[in-house]
Amino acid sequence: MLKNRKLDFWFWVKVLVVIFMLAFLIYPFCTLITRSFFSAKTEGVTLANYIRFFTKKYYYSALGRSLQVSFFATCTTLIVGVPMAYMMSRYNIWGKKFIHIFIIMSLMSPPFIGAYSWIMLFGRAGLVTRFFADYLGIMLPSIYGKIGIILVFTFKLFPYVYLYTSGAMGSIDSSLEEAAENLGSSKLRRLFTVTIPVIIPSILAGAIMVFMTSLADFGTPMLIGEGYMVLPVLVYNEYMSEIGGNAHLASALSVIVVLCSTTVLLIQKFYVSRKNYVMTAMRPPKEVELRGWQRAAATLPVCLVTFIGILPQIVVLVSSFVKCDFTGFQRGFSLGSYATIFNRLATNIRNTFVFSTIAIVFIVLIGILISYIVVRQKGWFAQVMDLLIMFPFVIPGAVLGISLIVAFNKEPLILTGTAAIMIIAYVVRKLPYTVRSGSAFLQQMDPSVEEASINLGVSPMKTFFKVTARLMAPGVLSGAILSWITCINELSSSVMLYGGKTSTISVAIYTEVVRNSYGTAAALASILTVSTVVSLLIFLKISKGKVSIV
Amino acid sequence: MSHAVIIKKAVKKYGDFTALNGVDLDIKPGEFFTLLGPSGCGKTTLLRMIAGFNTVDGGEIYFDEKLINRVEAHKRDIGMVFQNYAIFPHLTVAENVAYGLKAKKVPGSEIGKRVEEALDLVQIGKLKGRKPNELSGGQQQRVALARAFVIEPSVLLMDEPLSNLDAKLRVQMRTVIKKLQRRLGITTIYVTHDQEEALAISDRIAVMKEGNIMQVGSPEEIYKHPENTFVAGFIGVSNFVDCDIRTMGPADASAPSQTVSNPAGPSARTDNTRGAASVPAQALVKGTYAIPARLGASYNGKGIISARPEQLFFSEKEGIPGRIVISTFLGDFIEYEIELDDGQTLQLNEYTKDVHTVRPDGERVLVNFNTEAVSIYNADTLEVISC
Repeated sequence: MLKNRKLDFWFWVKVLVVIFMLAFLIYPFCTLITRSFFSAKTEGVTLANYIRFFTKKYYYSALGRSLQVSFFATCTTLIVGVPMAYMMSRYNIWGKKFIHIFIIMSLMSPPFIGAYSWIMLFGRAGLVTRFFADYLGIMLPSIYGKIGIILVFTFKLFPYVYLYTSGAMGSIDSSLEEAAENLGSSKLRRLFTVTIPVIIPSILAGAIMVFMTSLADFGTPMLIGEGYMVLPVLVYNEYMSEIGGNAHLASALSVIVVLCSTTVLLIQKFYVSRKNYVMTAMRPPKEVELRGWQRAAATLPVCLVTFIGILPQIVVLVSSFVKCDFTGFQRGFSLGSYATIFNRLATNIRNTFVFSTIAIVFIVLIGILISYIVVRQKGWFAQVMDLLIMFPFVIPGAVLGISLIVAFNKEPLILTGTAAIMIIAYVVRKLPYTVRSGSAFLQQMDPSVEEASINLGVSPMKTFFKVTARLMAPGVLSGAILSWITCINELSSSVMLYGGKTSTISVAIYTEVVRNSYGTAAALASILTVSTVVSLLIFLKISKGKVSIV
Repeated sequence: MSHAVIIKKAVKKYGDFTALNGVDLDIKPGEFFTLLGPSGCGKTTLLRMIAGFNTVDGGEIYFDEKLINRVEAHKRDIGMVFQNYAIFPHLTVAENVAYGLKAKKVPGSEIGKRVEEALDLVQIGKLKGRKPNELSGGQQQRVALARAFVIEPSVLLMDEPLSNLDAKLRVQMRTVIKKLQRRLGITTIYVTHDQEEALAISDRIAVMKEGNIMQVGSPEEIYKHPENTFVAGFIGVSNFVDCDIRTMGPADASAPSQTVSNPAGPSARTDNTRGAASVPAQALVKGTYAIPARLGASYNGKGIISARPEQLFFSEKEGIPGRIVISTFLGDFIEYEIELDDGQTLQLNEYTKDVHTVRPDGERVLVNFNTEAVSIYNADTLEVISC
């Protein structure tokens, strides 16, 4: 009986999934860890790389900076995000629906575009900086370095806090606050003794997302940091300077980054997510109906924050149409930048969309199967899968990139510089979005629907395709769109893995910005922004609010 | 074609927890058989073992002579109605019902005909083009029924199919199910925790507790002659009163004593013949009031008398003294809560048609038993000893 059962369809699916995970996640990371214990200078196993990291200020201070920047960014996003969520869910803000969509947009836009736009506005030759200097004679403080990184993170990542918090606020049953009021609590007291304590776990969940994302981000500190060396940038620099060598030190650095992210992930998984008060609001809280100037006063700050959030996209779109030459932006508009990119960088554009499309096909196939295993096939295997699959979500792309390079740069499988390795990176890194929304959808589906099908004489495998997969489709599709959006915007792993023929839009934007070709960079960024916005609108249409972005 | 379902020593374990402890059942062809018990008694576990969704950890399950332990769930030819109906939300009503027929490769023309017949039988022929989310709970229930029996399964399983319906619809659907089962003659195994539903719908009932079968019998047998205090307490309302039993004479020669104890345990006690009175005895209730009794075998010692509320009555002359705590007028009958002098509470029902007045709260009364209709249990084994 047991033997019979174990060799069914799901057994083979598990075998395939395990092979996939072993080959493209576990093996590369094991190679990375092994590599970190070797050095080009000494023979045999050595701790030299780690000793170097913890004794040289150049290295260990990067870790301190990373933690510092992430911590401050988490604080500022909380300061911005929580009040935003409160205002949006409790007051009749004008244009609430649009504001909500704009906030999601600022989250989904490529992170480095934010940095790049802030440079265009407040950088050394930025629009606003020059305006203040030329007409008002005021020198604005520099945007580069730590301040700039935190600023970009704040307006890019506050939507995480906003989305988690407003989700929780919407699920508090109004009777809870009414009970507090009924027991004689004042409005303010109620807020601090009932409302906030109940939503604290959700706020924390949002804060952890911010912390992990800012810890892993490469593009922002690379562009706006200007020498403010954080860990992902250090990994990139070390790897680039070690090229030809064997990336030993870069591997050691990567291991340290992975340890940091994993710690945070485990805290999230085993502490924060357990403290969540699950509630389904029978009666969601009522909005306060503000009138006249009060309503305007409530709307204004919300709009202002949202506007700053999407300002990068506006700047990018507008500047892509501004005439420019090799010295920079000129007066007047033209399509010159677009002409340049379609001539010179057509390959990059094609690569981005081709790679992402191929990756999405694999992500959907693997994602739908893994979601099923995680939700339906309980036991240790499913739990290990659940944790493993979220792993690539938190590790910096640069680290994933290096791990793939060290794993596949030798016989029998040389993949470095090929399109295949880019696609593998995308699949591994963006799979979590699809698995998460697929499994969330499946969780709401009663298993007896599948049993009914089996009971009526349809084998478990056929049942999966005829019933389960069909019913999971909206969830998987929505998740796949999120995967797609993050694929086309992927910079940090691409910048490690690209070769002469496999460069993508995001890589090109990065190199163009470094070269000060702001016009072409803006045009490329606009292509990404528009693609992102269109995909996001399709996502909102398909998911009908049933799939959460975060 | 209906089939017998024979279960021999079925065992199910979840780690250290034994969900099913060697259950034996012999379900006859065409029978409407109910597994009844509180939650956690193993009734759904057993049903899912028959369906093939739970593995069988020990024992055997047969359909007629065919051992099905190793047959995969989708090859067992069983119809099943789920607690939450499990209607395929992406298919219309007709497509839902046709699903199993297609899997059986029934020719297309015949599918249409059989689907229509099935839907007519559950009176929702007009809804065949609808999607499940446009249906009410009762209508979804009918779709689930039609989908299960349209494939003409050898056995029909129902897992608390009425528990999600409101009270009125539940009673209505239970009649629909009963009539349908009579008409189709498919062997049906029904799971419920609602004793009233079980009594109303079944040919035979197995009362279960903690993975064991406590009693198997017709609704009437189970209600009137519970074999142990658990069944007496679970089915309907029973008053339990402690007593001392004393055998008063020799066994009747005409009717030899029926030994109730059985080495196979309570689950094997299915064919206990009743009515053959044998040993005269006396039960001294609360040390004050003695009532006559007839036992299956001679016994002296502690006992428990169990009586339904309608088998207690107020007596002017003799009985156990007590006081009316509260009386509730319920139309058909009046329900009295009586506190005996030692603090125990009893429930006594008087039919409105038999009496003229409702007794006032606080009145002192003497409570007596209808001795013909009480059951007496051994206080140690909790098994029945009266006839």
